[in-house]
Formats: sequence, structure tokens, C-alpha cells
Amino acid sequence: MAADQKKIRNFCIIAHIDHGKSTLADRIIEKTGTLTSREMQDQILDNMDLERERGITIKSQAVRVIYTARDGEEYIFNLIDTPGHVDFNYEVSRSLAACDGAVLVVDAAQGIEAQTLANVYMALDHDLDVFPVINKIDLPSADPERVKSEIEDVIGIEAQDAPLISAKNGVNIEEVLEQIVEKIPSPSGDPEAPLQALIFDSVYDAYRGVIVFCRIKEGTVRRGTRIRMMASGAEYDTVEVGYFGAGQFIPCDELSAGMVGYITASIKNVKDTQVGDTVTDAGNPAGEALPGYKKVQPMVYCGLYPADGSKYGDLRDALEKLQLNDASLQYEPETSVALGFGFRCGFLGLLHLEIIQERLEREYNLDLVTTAPGVVYYVYKTDGSMVELTNPSNMPDPSVIEYMEEPFVSAEIMVTTEFIGPIMDLCQERRGVYLGMEYMETTRALLKYELPLNEIIYDFFDALKSRSKGYASFDYEMKGYVRSELVKLDILVNREEVDALSFIVFADSAYERGRKMCEKLKEEIPRQLFEIPIQAAIGSKIIARETVKALRKDVLAKCYGGDISRKRKLLEKQKEGKKRMRQVGNVEIPQKAFMSVLKLDDK
Amino acid sequence: MTNKKTDIGIYIHIPFCIRKCAYCDFLSGPAGEQERTEYLTALLQEIAASGRKEGGPYRAKTVFFGGGTPSVLPGEQIGKILESLRQAFHVAEDAEITMEANPGTLTAEKLSRYRAAGVNRLSLGLQSMKNDELRLLGRIHTREDFFESFYLAREAGFDNINVDLISALPGQTCGSWEETLEETAALKPEHISAYSLIVEEGTPFYKMYGPGSSGELLLPGEEEDRKMYRRTAQLLGEAGYRRYEISNYALPGKECLHNLCYWTGIPYLGFGLGASSCFEGRRFSNTADWEAYLKNSENLALVRTVTEELTEKSLMEEFCFLGLRLSEGIDRKEFEERFKRPFGEVYGGVERRFVQMGLLEVRGRRLRLTEQGIDLSNQVMCEFLL
Repeated sequence: MAADQKKIRNFCIIAHIDHGKSTLADRIIEKTGTLTSREMQDQILDNMDLERERGITIKSQAVRVIYTARDGEEYIFNLIDTPGHVDFNYEVSRSLAACDGAVLVVDAAQGIEAQTLANVYMALDHDLDVFPVINKIDLPSADPERVKSEIEDVIGIEAQDAPLISAKNGVNIEEVLEQIVEKIPSPSGDPEAPLQALIFDSVYDAYRGVIVFCRIKEGTVRRGTRIRMMASGAEYDTVEVGYFGAGQFIPCDELSAGMVGYITASIKNVKDTQVGDTVTDAGNPAGEALPGYKKVQPMVYCGLYPADGSKYGDLRDALEKLQLNDASLQYEPETSVALGFGFRCGFLGLLHLEIIQERLEREYNLDLVTTAPGVVYYVYKTDGSMVELTNPSNMPDPSVIEYMEEPFVSAEIMVTTEFIGPIMDLCQERRGVYLGMEYMETTRALLKYELPLNEIIYDFFDALKSRSKGYASFDYEMKGYVRSELVKLDILVNREEVDALSFIVFADSAYERGRKMCEKLKEEIPRQLFEIPIQAAIGSKIIARETVKALRKDVLAKCYGGDISRKRKLLEKQKEGKKRMRQVGNVEIPQKAFMSVLKLDDK
Repeated sequence: MTNKKTDIGIYIHIPFCIRKCAYCDFLSGPAGEQERTEYLTALLQEIAASGRKEGGPYRAKTVFFGGGTPSVLPGEQIGKILESLRQAFHVAEDAEITMEANPGTLTAEKLSRYRAAGVNRLSLGLQSMKNDELRLLGRIHTREDFFESFYLAREAGFDNINVDLISALPGQTCGSWEETLEETAALKPEHISAYSLIVEEGTPFYKMYGPGSSGELLLPGEEEDRKMYRRTAQLLGEAGYRRYEISNYALPGKECLHNLCYWTGIPYLGFGLGASSCFEGRRFSNTADWEAYLKNSENLALVRTVTEELTEKSLMEEFCFLGLRLSEGIDRKEFEERFKRPFGEVYGGVERRFVQMGLLEVRGRRLRLTEQGIDLSNQVMCEFLL
């Protein structure tokens, strides 16, 4: 059923977090009758429990719906939902590349936020036609007219006839559907040309192997087509093609230029189907791949260890399974003196890390010890070689280091003018380089900074929110590596170096971080039978020290009326508590202490 | 015929007091006349039911009335309870029958009635000789009340009296604690229990003096606390008291037999609201729900909840962590005879570790806590859990 290209609209919805992207997607699916409202589960595109709980989209999702427009014609809408977090910027860009236009959702009360801008600019970079929709007009504080002029002034796109909607209450959704027909261009592309299909996501299915989500730019793919992934070079025979029903895969005969759908080909590993790669016909290959493909590099690394050493094999199996679905997750075995056998894992960002950690704990029932996340440093050695440092323990001896570089990002922070001061202070503290400021309107400004990634991966977002009473929004993208004075800070517990607690830090911050780290560990490590010195050191030089005093009194209270069971429970609890600690030398260190470095900025 | 019977201890819980003390986390509260009568009826039913079902093969060597404040009950009621016990079980002629009593609730007449009913040991909750410390504890009595009660008890013929004391109280100093100890010892009670205060969660004390509270600073510091604890053993030792358990001191031959049941694995049955038992291979406790107890006390199956089945493993653990409370510690030979396994095979590693750290010491067949080991006994005992 080769559809008429003129009747297809491929689009995505872009928005700042919480402006109502997923809710609008739900309403579109509901209004076009793909599902009855009884079948609707809120936010249908967010499949994972985690996504629903956190209210953010993690994986790209797509759905095809049929809309009968006012002109009486039936249109096929392919709605591609994009991940809603800066960790997944590359995935977002590939999803956008699979579309021909975008619906920009803006909150009628909040107006434009940092992610609104970042997403719009990214969409415009991909030559998408963008039209705005003003959501949440039911809010008492809604001011659609102000937001309209803000969109026109700041972004420079026409907004006077933007639909005023309430996605939550289903108000004015038809107007959005009509504008999708009117304002988003139909796809082009030649069904007879050599195949070029853009992969924008993939999922692993235990029975069918990898299901590749793609947008056909040129040519046609059907069952039996021998396909080749142009970047990875892998070739497979197509088993099935189809499109996305709501929550299900619906097979069809072929996918041709302009269409969005999926391909299965008994592919065993998502690594062969990297997001951004081009699928072509091995028998009639395209001359070149579609532009924009990048191999995804992890930005943040940390050590993951099973709390119970005997679960190492389970952790390995779980990581293997997760990686089937998530090509951006990287891991390799490592050992730590303190923590035993585990894995050094690479993630796109801290959210990605948290998601993987949570999925390992929830879906695979693993109890994990996580070491402090760090970025990838470039170490230039005196012999002219360069090492990418992902684990602080592997830092070469300072005598052979010529210099080091650390990753920087360009950040844009949108803030109401009253908070410019505190936010600039924050960026200053985090070693930010001020680039400039633009006023959006009289009350809001966009601050531009370059910041070391290392300074923002932990708690920057929380600090930003707390210092702006929740009014600042933030977006960033990788800029590149910059030379920096960095040192490795070691932590000694009872005079023994605990490798899993070492971290890399900006030289000028070393004293303060070392001091805070010792203070934090003093809180985290319970008193034991002897005094425990906690020291921070750079090389052999001790720069900070705290002491956990020896435990003096730990006696059972009066054991009354022979209630031994209660006393036994107390002892059992105590013993259980010890199990959850790591023995380093003579000292028992609680698992959460290994994350202490993350909490140094608690105010 | 008495030879064949197994010795047990019996605990009777009286969940009433005049007023709840601020540090208390036991099951008790003030009650009126009617509630006391209802409770007594239920208690007698429970004792009778137990006697019918399981009373035969046992002989009670000790009876202990605990609370709460059992001395809120008049002599006749205590008498009735003892009477029903004698019907339900064989109570030994020379049984140790203890009753807890609060200074301030005792009169000469009441005491002689308790005595006549068969109570032969009195446990007086003095806690401190200092009136200001008593006030902070929320106690109803004064030091003068205590002196009066103590003399009245002696006059009534009580020749076996325990006095409860608590150290590390808010506002207490090592000096004031020593005075409490000296004044108490001067009265020559047969037995002294001296606990170091533990601020239990869920008590008003926890709010007043717990971590982060405004009163936290009123509690003696850790050094002071340990100093008091050491002085306790020294002063009482000089006065002729022998420490036979972590917190218990007695003149020779006056150890509390009932208390020893708990540490040495002698079975005991508890009657009354929330009372605990260790009997026929199980630990169980009665419901703590007042209504449920009153309604079901005759039906033991409904009243009792099993908290633990005593397996070989838990018996071994208990042998150690309970036995270590005793000053003489545990007898490793006895362990081997009882469990048919070498002690070292089960606990060799733990023993070595703590002996090396100076928390345990070996004395012939016995293994016991050192002074420092007593301070840190939880740390040691929890390692005896397998």
C-alpha cells in the first residue's frame, strides 16, 4: 500500500520539560481514534515505568495515526517522540532528522525556556518547518498573548495564529491537527532510487532480534531486501517491515520514500544498528550515507560493583542485556582493591547513568555500589602519547604528564532578571567562562557560559534550581577539550588508600574538595572499635584530615521480661548493617560513602 | 514426683502504672479500677488455660511480677494471681517470687499483704537518690519516699530486696552518681541493678534528649558515661557486691534466679499483655492489643504469637549472646556437650578476633567479655549470629 506522499506528515513535538509534550501526543493519538479513551493509558508513548515515573521520555518512540482532515482527505501522521533530556541530544537530533516538521509546545504561563530554544534551534538546523502551539491556557497564570509575542521576538517564527490549547483537558486539539496538515510539508524522495533509510532508534526483542526504527528518505525496502548498515557495514536479510500502531508493530508489504516504520532482520546486536546510521539496499547501494551520523561517545564514567561480590556474574549478564537495547551504554571489567570485581561503565550523562543504575536495581534485582561519576580526561604524556582517562585510579604518575585537558560545554541558562546575580555566582564557582547575556524581554535573560563538564555533571541542575527558586532553565552541548590544571585526589582511610574514592579535581579546588570529602566521610563512616583517621592526599602530601572517633558505648538496654526476640532482632539489624559495608583493611565503609563526592556541595 | 518435673520461670506482666515515665518504652500505662479488674480476670483465665494445657510436667522455680508498676495492685489481687499459679503449676516451696514496686506506692499494710501472699523478693525502682534527677526522669517518687519504702519493706520481713539504678541520666555527673551508689549500698540491699541509660526511640525522652534535640547537651558526655559505668563496678565491688551480669550486682548467693533463666536457657512462661515466653522450643509473645487480650486470654492459640522457632542454629547463637551477658561468660565445654560440635569450629574466628582486640578473654573453659567488651557488647554479640 504505497501511500501518496502528499498525504503523509512526519513530525515531532518539541518542548521544554513539563510544557506538555507527552500529553499533547496522547491527545493526538486519542483524537485520531487510534485508541479509544478507555484504552488510553496516560502518556502512552512513554513505555518504560521509569519514563512514566520521571515524566521524561528516555527512548525515542513513534506512532502512526490516521487523521481525516476538514478537507475530507485522510492523512497519515507519523509522530516521532524525542527524548527529553540533554543527555540524549544526539538521539534527539536523529529523531528530528527523521521528520519534516515540528510542533513547538510552549507553556502559556512559563513562556520560552532554555530547552525550548535549544530544541527549536536544533529543529531549524535540520530545516524543519516549526509551528508553535500554546499549551496550558487553562492555567490562571496563562498569558498567551505575551507568550505569542515572546515566540515572535525571541525565536522569530510567526505565532499569531498559534492554536491555544489545553492538552490536559483536550481543548482545541483539532486546531493542532489541522495545522499539522497545513503547515508541515509532506515528505519527498524517490521510491525508485537506491535505498537510504535513517535509523533514529532501535529496540531489542527477544524473538525478533533488533527492531530498527527508520525513516525512508529514498528508495523502498520490503521483505527479503538484503540491507546493509552503511557505517557498521553489517548486512542482513529483511524479515519484516511495518509501521507503528499505538503500542504495537503492524507489518506491511513495503516502506517507501517518505514513510516512517520499522525493519526486522534477525539482527542480534543493537551495536550493528547505531542511531544515525543509514540503511541501504546491499544489492543497489546508495552512493553515500545520509549526513549527521556520529559514533556516540560516553561522556560520564563510573564504576559499578555488585554489593554482594558473588553477584558479579549477574551484573555482567544484566549489563549485556541492557546493552542490547542501549548501544550508548559501554562497560568493561575492572577491579578495585576496595570493591572487588566490577565494571567501569560509560554513559551519555548523569541521567543516563541513573536510569541504567535504577534499571539494574529494579529489573535485575541487583544491589549496587556506584563510585563517583567522572568525565573523560585527556592526559598528554611527556613521551608525546595521549591517554583517555576514564578511571582516576589509572592516572599516570605526575612526572610523566606533560599536561591534561578536560571537556567543556557551552551552556545556555534562561533566568528571570532578579536571579541573574546568584546564577552568575554559581557559574563563577563552577569555573564558568562568561560569554554573554541576551535579554529576552525586560524580565528575562539568557546567560551564555562555557563550563567544565566535570562541574555540572553532579548537582549543577539542583543548585541552579535552588538558587533561582526554580525559575532558571538550562541546556548545554559539548564544546570540546580545554587544557586544565588537574590533580588526582586520593583518600586514605586508616592510612590505606581507598582506590574507589579517588577522584580528579581542578588543582585550585583540591584543598576545599579534600576537606569537604573528609568531613563527609566522617559523617558516613560509622564509629568502629578503634579510631579511624580519614585523610585526603595529593601524591604523598596530606592536605586534609578528619578522625572518626572510636566507639565507646554500644550496650543492649535492659532486657526486660525476657523479650529475647526483640534483642535478637536488634543484633540482627546490626549484623545486617555490617554486611552492607565494604571491608577496607580493618575498616568497614558503608556503600553509600562511595558516592560521597557527589554530595560535597550540600548547602 | 517433683524430681521428674522440669524447672521453669514464670513472668506475670502488670501493664499499669501511676504515670508513664519519660524514658520508658515498656508496655504500660495508667489505668482505673474497672480496667484493673477486667485485666485480672483475663490474666487468671490465661493462667488457668495454660495450667490445663501445659502445666503438668513443670515446676516453677521463680515467679516475677513486672510492669508497669505491679505494686499498683493491692495484696489480695497479687494473692489471687499467685493462688491461680499454684493451681495451674507446681510452684516450688522455695520459689523466688519477686515483685517490682515503686517507692511511693507502698504502705506497711500493703507490704505485709504481699508478703503474706507469698512474695519474698522486692525490686524497688529507685533509679537515683537525687530528687532533681528523679524529676527529670518523670518519676513520681522522691528519695525520701524511697527510704520510707525500703524501711517499711524490711519491717514487713522482706530480706531479699533489689534496687534499680540508672546512670548517665540527664543532669547527672559522675559525682552525683557515686553518691547515689554509695547511699544505696549503705542500705545493704541484697541486689542492685545498675543500667546505663539508653535513650530509646519512641519515648518522650527521645524527643527531649535524643540526637539533635535541645536536651542532648544535658546528657553526660561519652567519657563521663563510661567513667560512671566503671565507677559502678568499683564502688559496688568495694561494698561487697559481685557483678554477675552486665548490669546486675548481688551479695553472695543473692543473684536473681529469675533473671538468670533468661541468660542460661531455662524455659519461662510469660502471662499477661505482651508477655514473652521461651517454652518447648519456641519463643512467643502475647498480643499487645488490650482488647484482643481481654477477649481471648482463655484461648492460648489466639493470644500467643510465635516470634521464633528455636533451631539448633538459634540455640547456639543464644547460648553465646545471652551467656556472654554473664560475668562468668560462656562455658565452651558445655557448648560442645550441648551441641555436639567443637566450639572452635563454629566460633573460633570470632573468638580469636575479639580476644586479639581485647574485647573477649579466655578463662579456662570459659570465654567472657572484658571491661571494654562489656561497653561494646553489641558489637561482639552480633558477630555470634551465624
